[in-house]
This record gives sequence, C-alpha cells and structure tokens, in this order.
Amino acid sequence: MTKHHIKLKVNGTEHDVLAEPRELLIHTLREQLDLKGPHVGCETSHCGACTVDLDGKSVKACTMFTVQAAGTDITTIEGIGTPDAMHVLQEAFREHHGLQCGFCTPGMITRAYRLLQENPTPTEEDVRFGIAGNLCRCTGYQNIVKSVMAAASELNTAKEAAQ
Amino acid sequence: MIPASFEYYRPDNIAAALAVLEEHGDDARVIAGGHSLIPMMKLRMADVPHLIDLQDVKDLRGIKVAGGTVTIGAMVTQAELISSQDIAQAAPIMHEAALQIADPQVRYMGTVGGNIANGDPGNDLPGLMQCLDATLTVVGPNGERDIAAREFYEAAYMTAREDDEILTKVSFAATEGGYAYEKQKRKIGDYATAAASVLLTKEGSTVSTASIAMTNLSDVPVFSEEAGAALQGSSCDTDAVKAAVAAMLEDIEPNEDNRGPVEFKRHVAGVILSRAIERAWSRA
Ligand SMILES: Cc1cc2nc3c(=O)[nH]c(=O)nc-3n(C[C@H](O)[C@H](O)[C@H](O)COP(=O)(O)OP(=O)(O)OC[C@H]3O[C@@H](n4cnc5c(N)ncnc54)[C@H](O)[C@@H]3O)c2cc1C
Ligand code: FES
Ligand code: FES
Repeated sequence: MTKHHIKLKVNGTEHDVLAEPRELLIHTLREQLDLKGPHVGCETSHCGACTVDLDGKSVKACTMFTVQAAGTDITTIEGIGTPDAMHVLQEAFREHHGLQCGFCTPGMITRAYRLLQENPTPTEEDVRFGIAGNLCRCTGYQNIVKSVMAAASELNTAKEAAQ
Repeated sequence: MIPASFEYYRPDNIAAALAVLEEHGDDARVIAGGHSLIPMMKLRMADVPHLIDLQDVKDLRGIKVAGGTVTIGAMVTQAELISSQDIAQAAPIMHEAALQIADPQVRYMGTVGGNIANGDPGNDLPGLMQCLDATLTVVGPNGERDIAAREFYEAAYMTAREDDEILTKVSFAATEGGYAYEKQKRKIGDYATAAASVLLTKEGSTVSTASIAMTNLSDVPVFSEEAGAALQGSSCDTDAVKAAVAAMLEDIEPNEDNRGPVEFKRHVAGVILSRAIERAWSRA
C-alpha cells in the first residue's frame, strides 16, 4: 500500500513522517520520532497508557491511525515537562507518591493536563471521573487523585499570585 | 496489533465519500471516530481495504435546536454532546446518557453517528434513539431517505442502512417531562450489563405518556411499547412500576456472556428499569 507523507506538529516541532495508512499513531511517535513517553499497555483502547494530547483532546494513540492525525498539534509527556523543568503535575506526582512502577504515569499526567485545562478547579469526584480512561495497576488511584488535586491548587495559587 | 493494509481516503464532502463507497462496494467503509472500527480492524475481525475518513466533511457536524426539533450531525462527538448547552436543555436525557458512554478519551473521538450506525447491541445511543423516537437520515447513490430509529436495527451489526449509504444526521423532538438514562456496568468505560432510557410526562398526578427502551439485552435495542403502556394513566405507584418491568421482561432476550448468565441479566434489567422510572418520575 502506498505510504503517505504526513505532517504532524509534535511538542512544538514540525515533522514530516512517511507511514502506511495502517500505522498507528503510537508507533509513529515511539518508533519514528523516538518519543518513548507514551506507552503501549493494552493495545486494545482500554488502559490509557498511550494517551497523548491532540488538538486539545486526550487521545489514545493506539486507537488512531497516523494518517488520521495529519495536520494536528500533538503534545506528549515529553512536551509537558522535562527533568530539569518539570510541570507542576509532574512535581505533584513525585511529591504525593502518585506513581509506583510508573508505567501508567505518562498517560495519567497527559490526561490530567487536559482535564485541568478544561476544569481548573475540579472536585475529587471530577478528577476520578476525568481520569477514568487511565488504568493504574499499582497505586489504587488514591495518591494519583491527591497529586492531581494538589497540582490544581498549586496552579490556581500561581494564577492568583500572577493577577 | 496491526490491522491489514488499506487505502485511505479523506474527502471533504459527502458526494466524494459516496463516490468511493460506490466504486469499491463491500470493500469500502467509512471511519468516524474509529473507536469501534479500529479495535475490530486490529483484531482482524473487520477487513476494510478502502477506508474513508469522514473527519473533514463539515456537513456532518453541528448540533441544532429549532422549532422544537433537535438535529445532530453524525460526526458530532460524544464529548460535544456533554458540553452542549443545547443538548442539556432540549434533551437532558442525552446529556445524562453521554456521560455514561465509555471514558473521556473515547468520548473525545467517538461520534454520535458511529455509535448509532455501528449496530453493536452494547452501544448506548441506539436504545436512546428508540426511546426518543428519533429519525435517522441516510444518503446514498439514490439520494436521501429517513429511517425511524425504531425500525433501524435488524440484528447484531445489521441495520436498515445499505452498505453504500452514509448516516448524515439524527433528529427528534425536544423532550419534556421527566427523564432518566440508567446504566449498570462492571466499571467505568464498560458497555452496559443493562441500561434503560425512560421519558415520562405527567398530567396532574398521573403518567400521561411514557417511552421506554432497553440496551444490551437482546441482539438489537429493545423499545418496549408494552412497558410504556403499563405506566400510562397510572400514578407511577409500585404496582405500575412492577407491571412495566414485567412487560419489559417479555420483550428482552439477553444472551449469556462475560457480563453474566441470562437470569442475572434479567434481574439487573428489572432493577435498572425500576430505578430509571423512579428517577424520571421524580423529575416529571
Ligand atoms: C474502551 C471503550 C469503551 C467503550 N464503551 C462504550 C460504552 O460504554 N457505550 C457505548 O455506546 N460505546 C462504547 N464504546 C464505543 C464508542 O462509543 C465508539 O466510539 C462508537 O461505538 C463508534 O463511534 P465511532 O465514531 O468511533 O465510529 P467508528 O468506529 O468510526 O465506526 C463504527 C462503525 O460505524 C460505521 N459508521 C461510522 N460513522 C458512520 C456514518 N456516518 N454513516 C455510516 N456508517 C458509519 C463505520 O463504518 C463502522 O462500521 C467504547 C469504545 C471503547 C474503545
Ligand atoms: S495502549 Fe492504548 S489504551 Fe492501552
Ligand atoms: S504506577 Fe504502576 S501502573 Fe500506575
């Protein structure tokens, strides 16, 4: 089958990748662009470990063909923060033990990132509902919810201080 | 899991999409949000040599409420349903149902049209469409036609839509009175073990109209006319609710699967319908 030239903006950089239509976005990100943050957990659209932010939506990258994403603006965990300049969410996950093995964490934080843009002052219930598409086999979710709540209040304090 | 190879098309209008469908017949299929189709393609249970992506077809988008009629384009996503003020006001039952479909990531991608056209008995919107007595509009090589949602489902994955037709929109009257979409599932993001859509209107202290449909309790969604009739004219008392549940149980034919044996599903269906009626009545 013919390969397509596909333009993607990923973490602020424009890319032109060559892919067969059947190539899934998760494989383009991991194998062509060497972004190993988004993980492959279940491959069946259930676990959310592959979550990326695409044009303002949280998307399971294992359930989208790269051709479908042509022309979109994508952010992966690598674009949210780096070890030297961590995002408030990443700091909060470290501070509040929001991870154990860490496998679910990139997807979890990428999803929480969008959730907090849509709802900057979530209740604990909003957080649980909002991250329902991300499975964690270690933490029991308690500390993940705590981390997201802490990040929300941190971001809001920073916003108020800036005003 | 990698699907079999296919050719990809991305038309920006309906005529161009129909032309590909016509040229390739059974070998072509449209993709909307892809959240039912891609998993099937990965499992190689769906073989689609020619895949037509509808995301650029603007005519399939948009929610409109005018003259008491709600019209929803096939490519409206489930997330858009939830954030739409128009839907919250004109059809709050749809807002309530959309919140119970899948999980946030799936709802950003999954569309109204895909959920309705798919024909999977587990999908939540088909039963809701039957409860609302919605009209589904499809367009094909011979033009446009309307199909009643209550006539649309023939068997699992078999609908009245022809292979060369595209579902363009759904429309129904804005709702009044009480409503409830009640769903029992094993976990968030799961399909229903049983779900019920209920719309009720009240006159004085009696039920004047009642519409009831059930999800995932047969190969097709089940609109139970008899269940609605059992409530009509009653004061929605315990006996009337019991009669409605008994009538509904006559109409469903659940299969045993990993959500449980038949007896369990019938039990859950009864509990879910009773709860849905109670909640709808409290809002009527
Ligand atoms: C983890 C997970 C959990 C889920 N849980 C639920 C749930 O609880 N409840 C629920 O209802 N659904 C659930 N779904 C399914 C989800 O809602 C799908 O998005 C939906 O069933 C299909 O919509 P789509 O836009 O993704 O369609 P697609 O997957 O793109 O298409 C599905 C089928 O419909 C056809 N089709 C799509 N659009 C049209 C059109 N306009 N005209 C003609 N044919 C068309 C396609 O050719 C295909 O055969 C779940 C999915 C996942 C992955
Ligand atoms: S790997 Fe994509 S949802 Fe699990
Ligand atoms: S920390 Fe191990 S899966 Fe979540």
